[in-house]
Amino acid sequence: MSEEQIKNLEAQFEARIARDEKIEPKDWMPEKYRKTHIRQMSQHAHSEVVGMLPEGNWITRAPSLRRKVALLAKIQDEAGHGLYLYSACETLGVSRDELYDQLHSGKAKYSSIFNYPTITWADMGAIGWLVDGAAIINQVPLCNTSYGPYARAMIRVCKEESFHQRQGYEIMIKLAQGTPEQKEMAQDALNRWWWPSLMMLGPTDDVSVHTAQSMKWKLKRKSNDDLRQQFIDQTVPQAELIGLTIPDSDLKWNEEKGSYDFGEIDWDEFWQVVKGHGPCNKERMNARVSAWEEGEWVRDAAMAYAEKQKERKEKQAV
Amino acid sequence: MKSKNLYKYILGIADNSLILGQRMGELCGHGPSLETDIACTNISLDLFGQVRSYYQYAAKIAGDNRTEDDIAMLRKEREYVNVLLVEQPNTNFAYTMARQFLFDAYHLLFLQELEKSNDLTLSAIATKSIKEASYHQRFSSDWIKRLGDGTEESHQKMQEAINGLWTYTDELFHQTEADKAMVEQGVGVDVTKLKEVYYKQVGQILEGATLEIPESKWFQKGGKQGIHTEHLGYLLSDLQYMQRTYPNMSW
Repeated sequence: MSEEQIKNLEAQFEARIARDEKIEPKDWMPEKYRKTHIRQMSQHAHSEVVGMLPEGNWITRAPSLRRKVALLAKIQDEAGHGLYLYSACETLGVSRDELYDQLHSGKAKYSSIFNYPTITWADMGAIGWLVDGAAIINQVPLCNTSYGPYARAMIRVCKEESFHQRQGYEIMIKLAQGTPEQKEMAQDALNRWWWPSLMMLGPTDDVSVHTAQSMKWKLKRKSNDDLRQQFIDQTVPQAELIGLTIPDSDLKWNEEKGSYDFGEIDWDEFWQVVKGHGPCNKERMNARVSAWEEGEWVRDAAMAYAEKQKERKEKQAV
Repeated sequence: MKSKNLYKYILGIADNSLILGQRMGELCGHGPSLETDIACTNISLDLFGQVRSYYQYAAKIAGDNRTEDDIAMLRKEREYVNVLLVEQPNTNFAYTMARQFLFDAYHLLFLQELEKSNDLTLSAIATKSIKEASYHQRFSSDWIKRLGDGTEESHQKMQEAINGLWTYTDELFHQTEADKAMVEQGVGVDVTKLKEVYYKQVGQILEGATLEIPESKWFQKGGKQGIHTEHLGYLLSDLQYMQRTYPNMSW
């Protein structure tokens, strides 16, 4: 294809996006668009799957049967999201095995928040309320993103995430209304998860590398700083309502701007965790890699069995 | 208590699902593939759903203000009456699937009979659970076939798992005094009558999977009397952790 032809295709492609048309797997797309989408969608899928670990940590110890069932259902949803998003990636010509390789080798990233430990039951509440809450803020705009399979996946993902967020908040309400010990547990979880949740919305706009291009492709519709402000403004009253205190002494309502001012985020901590030195980076990766390696003989057996079945069928047909 | 035997009978059914649900829940996030991970979590979820119905009913029968959670999480080790099979650990995926398969085959037969119970609550729980148990049985049987008739390594691992767990199958068909009383009243299932068809069905699947049916005639028992293997205590310390550490609180 000549350079001019490619330019022509690119112009048509950008025009389609500008008209809010969806790009589908078989449509022509610039290589950069394909790569950026594989990167973002797989990162999202990896986050869902790695995110199963900190919550899975409490399945056997959930305090009541009702909570246990709800937690299991929630984690099952996360696994479903992972499956859904890996499939969406596959529409761009990359296999799930390749994506796993990227995760296991450390080439691909996942949401850093899952590198923090879940040390008390209240962490299940905090994750649902804050982490899923921040995820929704990130993800709702993606329901209108330009790539069709991703946009459609996000509609379903967001519906379930919003249920998870309410469930997490409900765990916190119950703790906040409980005994002093329970309330302390809730406050402690909020103290530990608040700042990492703010970091989850990404680096500040002045250092975020992907924003401009992503905005154009509707992979991103609001800047990280705008999303973070939205999250804070939405969450502070929720904490107040249940009598918990946001661990930020600089937090103050700004009448003029109509939103909260907040304290300095510790970006050194953020980069430390992103670069692999958070409290649980190693544990999370080891868990994923050993599940994969120890499962190899199982997957091989399933393939061998399917192969044998196929041969038997073919023989019968002859 | 309205009926001691009925209460004990319900626990005999529910404890199996509780302990197996707990075991399957341990695997979440660690399965050999995302699909099996989801399936194992789902089986766990189904079992806990059943457990809640049974314990809520047991709490009603007990009539002493205990809740489903008190019954599930605040008994002593010797008071759990699940069969030994379900408390066996997740040694590897072959063991997990073999344990599931050996239980599912029994569970489905049991529920199909329990559905005919003249106790309407138990019958209703059975009707709901049959759908779930049939799915579990299909899932675990498929894995018996895949691993048995897959690669040499998987065949060997599955045969080891079946050999290792076989000794716990006979207990499924033992009757306690409460069981006998409930059978007499038309409430309970006569498990002794399920034994023949169980071994026949299990045998057929194993043969189809190129696996050998263990010849051992030595069987373990005791779970139904609360005499468990050493594995159960550890499982219970996880299960009971929150209720024991923070007593009398609402979650």
